Order: sequence, then structure tokens, then C-alpha cells
Amino acid sequence: MPMPAHEIERLIKEALPDATVELTALANDNDHWSATVISETFRGMSRVRQHQLVNAAFGDRLGTELHALALTTRTP
Amino acid sequence: MSQDIHARIKSEIESNDVVLFMKGTPEAPQCGFSLQVTQILNHLGVPYKAINVLADGAIREGIKSYSNWPTIPQLYVKSEFIGGCDITREMFQSGELTELLDKEGVPHS
Repeated sequence: MPMPAHEIERLIKEALPDATVELTALANDNDHWSATVISETFRGMSRVRQHQLVNAAFGDRLGTELHALALTTRTP
Repeated sequence: MSQDIHARIKSEIESNDVVLFMKGTPEAPQCGFSLQVTQILNHLGVPYKAINVLADGAIREGIKSYSNWPTIPQLYVKSEFIGGCDITREMFQSGELTELLDKEGVPHS
């Protein structure tokens, strides 16, 4: 069960309200996405911690409903 | 059970400056992402200990809960989890990985 782009964006923004989210489809199957997330919240955090914050927004839907998300994170 | 595995992982990353948990071996990586990280480490000329998770199912699962990170490869420098393939590549390209090795006093070429 794929996850549509608007749902991915909604979940990320729920966890990080100030975030800018850019999504790119890696394959046109609504199932493999690349996301760039830009948020002030990331400042001073290691990249691992930044990615963990975004991953946590999906809970256990990451790896099941959302099959693959290639992530880039940065501060504004 | 998982505590034993976490203790083993902890002892590995504490007794080696650079540790890479990967699929396959540096000589024969079994996954493109693991291959990429070995290439970066080789390019930097940094000695590292590779642990093949495909040869040990308990480590394969244990490392994911240890780091709270769902995928392999996983790179550790001085016991600190640095990231998987994407983060390692990003940090290599920006020069941050070399800076980190210098800061931590890890020898490289």
C-alpha cells in the first residue's frame, strides 16, 4: 500500500511544523520517494539525529506503507 | 538476548576507531550501499574494521536497535554512529568526514 505525496508531507509537517518539504518521485509508483526537508529544528543536530526525527514522523508506517524514502536534511 | 548483542556491538565499536557494519566483506560487498561506503573509506585511506552482518543474524538485527537506525550499512567513528550510505557520502563530498577524522585523531591518508 503506497503512501501518496501529500500524506508524506503532512506527516513530516505534523512533526516539524516549520519544515519545508520537497518530494521527488524516484519511480512513478507512489512508493519510492526522495525528500529534502529543511527545518530550523535541525540546527546543531547531527545528521543522524535529523534523519531520526523525520523517520519518527512515520512511526511504523516507514518500511511498510512507505517503502523507501531517501532523505536529505538541512537547516534554512 | 538483545542486551548481549548490544554489549558485543558496544565492545566492537569501542575497541576500533572506525567500524563499518556492512553486507558482505570489503573484498566482496553484497550490496551497492555497503560498496559505496567501503569505497569512500578506501579513498580516504582510513583503516577500519568491517563486520559482515550477513554472516551473523543477531548482529544484523541488533545493530538496528542499537542505533535506532533501520538500515545497513552503518558507520561508526570513535564509538559514535555517523550514518548510513547517504549521510556518509554527503559528509565525504562536503569534506566533513575528513574534518571529523582529523578532529577525532583517526589516521588517514
